[in-house]
Amino acid sequence: MNFSAFNGRLATLYTTCAILISAGIVSLVSAPLFDHAKADDNLPADITTIKVKPSTADSPFKDLYSGWYFRAKETQNLQKDDFENPGFLWVEKGQELWSKVDGKAGKSCASCHQDAQKTMKGVGAQMPKWDEKAKRPLTLEQRINTCRQENMQADEWKWESDPMLSMTTFIRLQSRGMPVNIQSDGPMEAWVEKGKKLYYTRVGQLDLSCANCHENNYGKYIRADHLSQGHSNGFPTYRLKWQKLGSLHRRFKGCMTNIRATAYKRGSDEFVALEIYLAHRGKGLQVESPSVRN
Amino acid sequence: MLKKNMKFSAAFLFITLFSSSVYHPGTTIAAETIGPEQVKISDGEITKPLTEKAGDPGEGKNWFSSRKLGNCLACHANEKMSDLPFHGEIGPAMDGVAERYTATQLRAILVNAKAVFGDETVMPGFYRVDPGQRTAKKFQGKTILSGQQIEDIIAYLLTLKE
Repeated sequence: MNFSAFNGRLATLYTTCAILISAGIVSLVSAPLFDHAKADDNLPADITTIKVKPSTADSPFKDLYSGWYFRAKETQNLQKDDFENPGFLWVEKGQELWSKVDGKAGKSCASCHQDAQKTMKGVGAQMPKWDEKAKRPLTLEQRINTCRQENMQADEWKWESDPMLSMTTFIRLQSRGMPVNIQSDGPMEAWVEKGKKLYYTRVGQLDLSCANCHENNYGKYIRADHLSQGHSNGFPTYRLKWQKLGSLHRRFKGCMTNIRATAYKRGSDEFVALEIYLAHRGKGLQVESPSVRN
Repeated sequence: MLKKNMKFSAAFLFITLFSSSVYHPGTTIAAETIGPEQVKISDGEITKPLTEKAGDPGEGKNWFSSRKLGNCLACHANEKMSDLPFHGEIGPAMDGVAERYTATQLRAILVNAKAVFGDETVMPGFYRVDPGQRTAKKFQGKTILSGQQIEDIIAYLLTLKE
């Protein structure tokens, strides 16, 4: 190789490097980040709770946006009107079940907890909650089943069953508008950490973590899906894709299956930890259950 | 004698069952294909094509948009596919990509983007075996795309000039 040919190749190499580096920056630091100023223009005047400042020291977000913000106008409007919101079919069923006697003890929820509008106010916003007797945190589903077994002597409800979805939605509704406020210190700290670790772990054949989409790329489209910050304040949610109401753990499972990973089971310690971590990082966002998503 | 024979056939069965190739991409692997374990990325490039058969841009176009295969469109917009809905915004648009990268660079990016852009990139490695934890059973031991499909996509990308 003579000198000028070598120089020529060197020049090509430099250009290639420059292209690679600039392309690398584009794909890493990435296409335009979520535009906060533009997002503010799109915030509805009548709902002031969609965007809040993070209240946890370790939040990666400048502002927290409810998943509501990322949905299409039609979907947003469905949620705004309780008569239009299909999730209210489950609320009604939940309300009926609240005072329905079940199990050998001859009790209903109302036998002990009376008027849910009073006694359940704020309960949903604090779940999952540490249970001193079980020495572990319980999700709302797990708390309901504990009550059914121990106090009502009734059978457990399956996680994704209609009565369970109805009851969790009915109870969460009693906290609607209240900020998510779970305990994340004391015995809960280890669970927050466990959930955080799962959140940042890449899984599946596509080798993606929750953070890859919902922290680093929210506000962008992945095919037809507008990526949200992945908060849990709206669950249980009526999902248009499901044509029914579903639990947060069902959503977790769907996400994991999409990235070609073996999903954890509903109610597993992993999903409970992830639910705790999501509630922790979404502290301050208001409970919207039953939300409507696509 | 019979016992010995049985032992022999059991061993034979065992070998037949478990000695087949370690990974099984979408299509049958031709002898000349460079497998995901052998492929080497050096300085952001893979100089040698993964297969002897040249890439087919027409097939590559299909793999690019197919949700079950490349699903490239999920993250990368592509003006030449404006007839298809829902172009993603996660990665850079593919318009004019042929003018930004060579075939050898595209090959490296497709095979294992992390080896080119760094560990933080969201782009999956399309010619890697079990890169993440808990890979679903259905996909264990498999690459997302076969070597031929990658060569086809490269051939298609090289047609995307501005």
